[in-house]
Amino acid sequence: MFQVLCIFIPLIAALFMPFFFKKVRSIHTGWFVLVVPIFLASYYATFIPITSKGDSVIAQLHWIPSLGISFVSYLDGLSLLFSILITGIGALVVLYSIFYLNRTKEQLHNFYIYLLMFMSAMLGVVQSDNMMTLYLFWELTSISSFLLIGYWFNRDKSRFGALKSMMITVAGGMLMLGGFVLLALMGDTFSIRELIAQAPELAANDLFVLALILILLGAFTKSAQFPFYIWLPDAMEAPTPVSAYLHSATMVKAGIYLVARFTPIFAQSEVWIWLVAGIGLLTLFWGSFFAVKQTDLKGILAFSTVSQLGLIMSLLGVGAIAFHVEGAADSAFKYATFAAIFHLINHATFKGSLFMIAGIVDHETGTRDIRKLGGLMSIMPVSFTVALIGSFSMAGIPPFNGFLSKEMFLTAMLSIAEFDLFNFATWGILFPIIAWIASVFTFIYSLYFVFRTFTGKGNIAQLPHKPHEAPMGMLISPVILAVLVVGIFFIPNIVADLFIKPAVIAIQPFLYTHPEQVDIHISAWHGVNTELLMTLGIFAIGFVLFLTLSKWQKIYNAFPAKLTLNNLYDFIIYELSGNWMYRLSSSYMTGSNRRYLGLMFGAFSLIVIGTLFSKDAFYVTFEGASPVHLHQVILIIVLVIGTITTVFAKSRITSIVALGAVGYTVSLFFVLFKAPDLALTQLVIETISVALFLLAFYHLPKFKKEQERNRFKFGRALVSFAVGAMVTLVALSAHSQKLVPSIAEYYKETVYSLAGGGNIVNVILVDYRGFDTLFEITVLAIAGMAIYGMIKLRLSRKGGKL
Amino acid sequence: MKINNVILQFTAKIVFFMIFFYAVHIFFAGHYTPGGGFVGGLVTASAIVLLIIAFDLKTVQSILPINYIYLIASGLLLALGTAGIAMFTGKPFFTHFFDYFNLPILGKTSLHTAALFDLGVYLVVVGVTMTIIQTIGEDE
Amino acid sequence: MEIIMAFVCGFLFMAAIYLILSRSLLRIIIGTGLLSHGAHLLILTMGSFKGSAPPVLTEGVTDFVDPLPQALILTAIVISFGVTAFFLVLAYRAYQELKTDDMTELKGSDDIE
Repeated sequence: MFQVLCIFIPLIAALFMPFFFKKVRSIHTGWFVLVVPIFLASYYATFIPITSKGDSVIAQLHWIPSLGISFVSYLDGLSLLFSILITGIGALVVLYSIFYLNRTKEQLHNFYIYLLMFMSAMLGVVQSDNMMTLYLFWELTSISSFLLIGYWFNRDKSRFGALKSMMITVAGGMLMLGGFVLLALMGDTFSIRELIAQAPELAANDLFVLALILILLGAFTKSAQFPFYIWLPDAMEAPTPVSAYLHSATMVKAGIYLVARFTPIFAQSEVWIWLVAGIGLLTLFWGSFFAVKQTDLKGILAFSTVSQLGLIMSLLGVGAIAFHVEGAADSAFKYATFAAIFHLINHATFKGSLFMIAGIVDHETGTRDIRKLGGLMSIMPVSFTVALIGSFSMAGIPPFNGFLSKEMFLTAMLSIAEFDLFNFATWGILFPIIAWIASVFTFIYSLYFVFRTFTGKGNIAQLPHKPHEAPMGMLISPVILAVLVVGIFFIPNIVADLFIKPAVIAIQPFLYTHPEQVDIHISAWHGVNTELLMTLGIFAIGFVLFLTLSKWQKIYNAFPAKLTLNNLYDFIIYELSGNWMYRLSSSYMTGSNRRYLGLMFGAFSLIVIGTLFSKDAFYVTFEGASPVHLHQVILIIVLVIGTITTVFAKSRITSIVALGAVGYTVSLFFVLFKAPDLALTQLVIETISVALFLLAFYHLPKFKKEQERNRFKFGRALVSFAVGAMVTLVALSAHSQKLVPSIAEYYKETVYSLAGGGNIVNVILVDYRGFDTLFEITVLAIAGMAIYGMIKLRLSRKGGKL
Repeated sequence: MKINNVILQFTAKIVFFMIFFYAVHIFFAGHYTPGGGFVGGLVTASAIVLLIIAFDLKTVQSILPINYIYLIASGLLLALGTAGIAMFTGKPFFTHFFDYFNLPILGKTSLHTAALFDLGVYLVVVGVTMTIIQTIGEDE
Repeated sequence: MEIIMAFVCGFLFMAAIYLILSRSLLRIIIGTGLLSHGAHLLILTMGSFKGSAPPVLTEGVTDFVDPLPQALILTAIVISFGVTAFFLVLAYRAYQELKTDDMTELKGSDDIE
């Protein structure tokens, strides 16, 4: 119970942030926020002993049990690792943001509400065992990412980047939902664990591959894989703490998580292996290649994130091959999944620190343009050290953790060349080659990032601000991360036992059942082998290319700007839907509401009447009709006269009063038909409505004589007659044939025993159909707010400003 | 516009309380006999409207210094909260609970979470109706 | 009785649609008022008028009318009140800003009708 509630703690805490921001101005709101991730991280840390034994903890909270939808917090090795990353990095990012965002100038409450919302959503994504709630949280991460990227909403680029990320990730999310629904239909459950249990039967289904592709599209858009990565560089408009948190450490890893989580189901498929490994590798190469082109510090990091995500993705794809190999637990394939998780942890540490350094440089010098920067080493020694550690780890240089996982990555890629299933015998050799080239570029941009910023001559005098070392508080978080980067290198096997092995058994339950069976020992030195030679080659060639960078960087200009993916996106969004579709729709949207309404009503009644007769559904019988009494006839006559008066009244007062008369007659009808609640309500409502009409009169003009062209007049009469006829016909047929018994019998029987009430109508409202009522009062509240807004907040009178 | 109609004002003062208590009665009786949150709320609102007609907006606002927007918000929160109570006990959203108690003075009474939900409905209805009338009325 | 009510509902709908298609905003709002009356009566009619007692538990009575349509209508009544009020304010604010309540003059695009 509490475990599920923990997912929502950040969201609940978010509710209080505006109060802290408004009432406690002297303390930075971030300090209050900081409590949340620290508490959660320590809470999740208590689960480590459980998961490291290979066990899992599950807690459930019903939401819509009749549809099988519930909030499930399922903590196994994989989801616990992610939960700790989310809360741990979250704590560091919040701490960093306290010094990054100015207490007096920024809208901190907005920022922290979005951030906490994201934290909840992300915890929900990684802990949900139910696919529907997983989807819910998944989209919530997209929305909070949208809000955070657009945090400085008065900047054009922020809004553009926010919209772009939203468009792409939400589109992917929708496709993923389709995949989930297909899976749920095949397996008849929303629970991922239950689906994994019946994985072999699922694979036999025709729709299996379609579900696989749809879910992968969701994962690829979220994790910025080729060709969907284009939103990530634009997302760098977000404040740097956000980039460090969402767009490198956590949210973009949601796709990785999804792929890892579904591996036990989909690993059986050849398509899965090819797509995940292939697209991952392509992204790895593409991202690293174009990272060197960037001139914005955060741009380099964005492309490097894209590339590193591709690396992890391709490792997961290769890891899935283990499903098809006899004795995979003893072959080289076992390294792939292990390396994926290991690199995921490493990436979170070094990339997080690098983003924070980029933010510090931006903060202290006023620019992120690498062409203007240089020579900051002596001014910002601590930042330089952290940046050096981070970049060297990213480049795969010892003694930093990136070296270890890079080595394992090369091992896994080499192993693929030996695999001879699914055409890998022919194409498999490409994998280590591309991986090697991409690693060379990774090496180049890592050096490029750190040395162009911190060494060289530089024009310190020409920077927007006079640079100096960042304040202590701002450095705490990156330094902690840098210490981790070094620390993990020296104690990798402890990390492996605590986090990696439990996660690996969650991804590969078909290989291992217990973490101790994962027979992998990380060591920095394996003797001279192919991997080491490849690494040395990377260092040598990478270093040469880095030194000659200015000579060959021009080749990037050879790519035609028109053919980029960004251009395609702009074309689809602005040209295709913005322009062409606009022209198409304005050809039939003439702007005359009356014409639309007339067409709509006319078409509606024609369709209904047509269906009624073509399906032979029209049928009238007088049987079972209740008798007609004189007083009812009199009421009907009053009603009809009232209606006619309302329609043809010359003055508005007459019309309103006649409408009131109709209303009161209707309430008398309610009395006749034994509906006391309705009669009461209608009476009061009618009174208030008439009062309201009279109030509003004061502001409205008198009736004018309506001058119409004859054609329209005729059409108007025809349409209204058609609608009236349709209603009558439908009512007659509905009365004459009762196909299903009314649920009313159930209500009548259970109203006292189950709901403890006597007035069935009211019990239906507050109990049986309480959801309806809840939404109804919400609509009512919205209408009230809208009226309040329309009258109280006027744009035009005060020169367009509120 | 200051209306000074002593008879109307005097009657309105008394009738207001009669209507108001009738509304409260209708609201509580709603679970067993006709009535409930909707009607109760509307009747209450019409009682206040009567006061507004007899006096004027400003006077009524000083007598009943209620921010109706807050009323709407608290009503919605109450309704949502009542519906959410069940979730904390592991039951589905919107499960209601009721039982019978022997209270002093009132005797055997049934207490029902549905009544809390209905109170939320009541508050929203009063709030919205009064917001509408007040904002339109205030507009010059 | 149900048969007659079916025609009455049809008539109410006809009048409502006729008003909704008119040019003046106020007439349109009155039309929506009529439309909701028609809809309420229609729902009630579809539930049939069988049963001799209102749907309130009373000793010795079992022959209730169908409570479900009543519950639906009850919410509909309140909603239609909210919507009517909203329309009214919308109309008069539009009139204040644009100085017209004529639908043909309020037309959105500049294209020829």
